[in-house]
Amino acid sequence: MERVGILRRPLLLMPLGAAVVGGIGFVELLMRAEEGRYNPHTVPNLMVGHAVPPFSVGAAPPGTGFSTADLQHLAKPVLVNFFASWCVPCHAEAPLLMQLKAEGVPIWGIDYADTEPALGRFLAADGNPFARLGGDPKGEAAIAWGISGVPESFLIDRSGIIRWHLGDPLSPAIVSAQLIPLVRKYG
Amino acid sequence: MRWLRILLAPSLLALLLAGPSFAVAPTLSQAEEARAVAIGSQLRCLVCQNESVEQSSATLAANIRHIIRQQVAAGWTNRQIMHWMTARYGDFIRLDPPFNRLTLLLWVMPVLAPAVGLGIALGASRRRPGPPPPLSDAEKRRLASLLE
Repeated sequence: MERVGILRRPLLLMPLGAAVVGGIGFVELLMRAEEGRYNPHTVPNLMVGHAVPPFSVGAAPPGTGFSTADLQHLAKPVLVNFFASWCVPCHAEAPLLMQLKAEGVPIWGIDYADTEPALGRFLAADGNPFARLGGDPKGEAAIAWGISGVPESFLIDRSGIIRWHLGDPLSPAIVSAQLIPLVRKYG
Repeated sequence: MRWLRILLAPSLLALLLAGPSFAVAPTLSQAEEARAVAIGSQLRCLVCQNESVEQSSATLAANIRHIIRQQVAAGWTNRQIMHWMTARYGDFIRLDPPFNRLTLLLWVMPVLAPAVGLGIALGASRRRPGPPPPLSDAEKRRLASLLE
């Protein structure tokens, strides 16, 4: 058996090669996941580049609600933030929203699948960063916007076109690298 | 166990009273409901991603079921409803992905994989050296002398 045909050798190496390529790919995925560049649970959102979909959200005190028409002629780009009082990452991103508010970015909040008392407690504890606020108890607006969880954020330009979407909580790195440049660009 | 019943009774009553607000809003005919179920069964729940919207108990799936029923009640066709969903979530939301450039490999793989395997197997068997040629008369004589 010392003589292995020259043509059989590549065949023998193929499984090994496949294992090596697969292994490198797997390590790459793990590294990207760790750096936050890859999330296997991400659901694509195809709304970017399109107009704000038809929707309306009712009053969620202290907010009075808003609808598509309100997002069509804006003085400044608006950050639309879907959140809920029961959502832990939403509490985590709250300080960042307060900071954005202080920097003059208007934030419109949509409170998803929530109740008024719980929203009141959330705003009392974490502050109210929202220039306008509406409630979406049945998730009709959420599905119209194509969200798959909370929090999610969208940047709307002055003419009502969705320019950016984030299906994760905001982070300081994402705000400075992605959001702020777009707010300036469409401002 | 009477205390348990006393404790449970108000919460059961509350559940019963809350029932109607949990139910999906529009009243559909049996055929319309069947259509809504058929559509929901083809849509991926975006929370429990291996379940359909009809199977899943996630809030988001309930929201999507609610919207499907509104759209069915409004007289939308299956195609219109599917288009509305994929405009938001892409083909990802379809449990039965369409045949296109991105899903090409997915769809042809059941044919491609056996074909490649068969090709490799055939190639390998063809390269294998055949049986040695029969011995010449001189070789036969030599073999006989060696075996003696």
